[in-house]
Amino acid sequence: MTVISAGTAEGGQELLSRSELTAKELLREVGSVLRLSEAEAALLAEVETEAPEDQTMIINMGPQHPSTHGVLRLMLELQGETVLRCKPIIGYLHTGMEKTGEALTYMQGGTNVTRMDYLSPLNNELVFSMAVEKLLGIDGDIPERAVWMRMLLSELNRMSSHLLFLATNGMDLGAVSMMLYGWREREDVLRFFQKVTGLRMNHNFIRPGGLAADLPAGWRDDVLAILEGLPSRLEEYEILMTGQPIWRERLQGVGVITAQEAIALGATGPILRSTGIAWDLRRDMPYLRYDELDFDVIVGQYGDAYDRYSIRFNEIRESMRIVYQILERMPSGDFRIQNKKVTPPPRARIDESMEALIHHFKIFTEGFKVPEGEVYVAIESPRGEIGCYIVSDGSSNPYRMHVRAPSFVNIQTMPHMMRGGLVADAVAVISSVDPVLGEVDR
Amino acid sequence: MSDSTDTVENAVETQHGCPVQNSLGQRVLHASRDQYVSVIKALADEGYEMCVDLTGVDYLEMPQRAIGFGIQPERFEVVVNLLSLSKRQRIRVRVQVPVEDATLATLFDIHPGTEAHERETFDMFGIVFTGHPDMTRILMPEDWDGHPLRKDYSQGSIPVQFKGAHS
Repeated sequence: MTVISAGTAEGGQELLSRSELTAKELLREVGSVLRLSEAEAALLAEVETEAPEDQTMIINMGPQHPSTHGVLRLMLELQGETVLRCKPIIGYLHTGMEKTGEALTYMQGGTNVTRMDYLSPLNNELVFSMAVEKLLGIDGDIPERAVWMRMLLSELNRMSSHLLFLATNGMDLGAVSMMLYGWREREDVLRFFQKVTGLRMNHNFIRPGGLAADLPAGWRDDVLAILEGLPSRLEEYEILMTGQPIWRERLQGVGVITAQEAIALGATGPILRSTGIAWDLRRDMPYLRYDELDFDVIVGQYGDAYDRYSIRFNEIRESMRIVYQILERMPSGDFRIQNKKVTPPPRARIDESMEALIHHFKIFTEGFKVPEGEVYVAIESPRGEIGCYIVSDGSSNPYRMHVRAPSFVNIQTMPHMMRGGLVADAVAVISSVDPVLGEVDR
Repeated sequence: MSDSTDTVENAVETQHGCPVQNSLGQRVLHASRDQYVSVIKALADEGYEMCVDLTGVDYLEMPQRAIGFGIQPERFEVVVNLLSLSKRQRIRVRVQVPVEDATLATLFDIHPGTEAHERETFDMFGIVFTGHPDMTRILMPEDWDGHPLRKDYSQGSIPVQFKGAHS
C-alpha cells in the first residue's frame, strides 16, 4: 500500500479492544459510545468497565448487511448474544455533496440536495429552496399556489417515506410480506410524483422561487385515488403487525431511550416524539401554511421501538388528513414567483422576444446572484429536523452549503439503544431509527 | 428586505457578553474562543437545551469580510445552532478560529450530541476540538490526506485514494 501522507495521525475510527485501553480511556470510550460526558458515564453504576476479555468479542455488522439499510457498519462488542458496546462507523457513502454544492449555482443546487435523503427528496429540495429564498428576501412573496403545492408534495413524500419504513421494519423483523405491501403502496405515491415531476425520485421539482411546473391535469383524482386506497391497506397492516403478539414481543421495550437522552443527543423526529415530547416543527415552528391546517402531533410514551413504529404508522394517517385539507384549499394562481431575477421567462416568450431569450440564457448559464449573508432554515422531514445552512458571498454559487441531516444525528442514539440488548434486537433498533445512509454520509 | 450584510448600525445588543447580530431575522451571537463554552453553557441553562447543528465555514476567499462589533475575522468559523424546545426559539453562535491555531474546546460535556458534528467538522476542516473523547475522522477514511471542505482543497484535481489498494 502506498503511504499517502504523514499528516493524518489521528488514528483509527474503530472500536478498540479492551486490552488496548487504559481504564480511563475505556471509561471515555464507554462514555463516547453512550454519547455521554465522562462524568455522566462514570455516574452510571451499571457501566461494566471490567468485562472479562476472553468472554467478549468485537464483530462487524455491515457495511454490507441487509438490515443496515445501506452501507452502515456497526462494530459490536458482544458477550454471548448481548451487546456490550457498539459503535456505528459511517462514511461509506460519502461523496462530498456539500463540496459539490459550492460548485453548483443556486439554480442547480436542487439536483444535489435532492439526492441526500433519497427517500424524501422533496423535503430536501424544500429546505434548500426556503434557505435560498430567505437569503434573496423573497420568502414572503412566494405565490399561494406554490406554497400549497409544496405542502402537498411534502406530505405525500412523508407518506411514501413512512410506507417504506413500514416495509423495511417488517422485513427486518421477519414480516416479509409487509415488505412487498409497503413497497407496493409507496409505488402508488411515486407514480403520482412521476406524473407531476417526471421522475420517481430525485425530482428537483421544488426550486428557489416556487416549483418547476404546475400540477398536471387530473392531479386531484390521482391524489384522491391514493388517499382512498390507503386506509383499507393500513387496516390490513394493523391486522398483520400491530396486533400480533410476536410483533409486539419483538418491539416493545426494545431500544428504549429517555427524553433527556434524546434531547442531549440532538435526536429529532419520531425518535424524540417516541419519548413523549411533542415536538414537530410543522406545529411548533410553522413554515409554509402548516399553521392553518388541523393535524395532530403523534407522541409516544415509552421511547421504545414499538412507539417509533406506531408514531410513523399514525403519521401516515395524519398526513392523509393534511392532504385532504390541502385538496380542499388548493388555491389557483401561479406556481412560481414572477420575479425576473429568479424566474426564467415562459417558453412562449422566448419565441417572440430577443430579451427573453437572452434572459433565459443568462439565468441558466450564470444563475442568479444572491446577496451576502448567512441563514439557517429547518423543516420537519419524515426523519426529523432537516436544516440547511447557507453562506452567500454575493455570487451565484453558495459559498458554503451545509445540510443538517436528521439521520446523521439520530444515528448517534443507536449505541445507546442497543447497549445491553440482544444482537437480534440490534436489527430492530437500526430499523426503528430509520436512517438513510445517503443523508448520513452526504 | 433589510440590507443583507447586516452589520448592525443600531446600538449593539449583547447577551452573555457577546454582541448580538440580526441575520435576516435570525438571532446570532458572536462569541470569542474564550467565551465559547461558557456562553453555550449559559444558553443551555437559559433553555436552549438542544444543540441541533455544529459546522464550520472556511472563509479563505473572504478575508476582508465585515463581521462588525470590532471582531477580527479569522479564516475559520464554527457555527453552532441551538434550539429551545420550551421557548420555541433558535439561536446561532459563531466563533472565529484562526488557521494558525485551529483548535476549539469541545461541547461534548454540555451537548453530547455534538460528538458526531465535531468529528465531521474536524474531518472536513481540520479544526481540532480539544477535550473531544474520540477526535477521529468520521466520513473520510482514517488515512485520508487533507480536509476536503477547506477552500484550498481543490475539487477534482486530487488522485483518487483507495485504502489498501496495490500499487
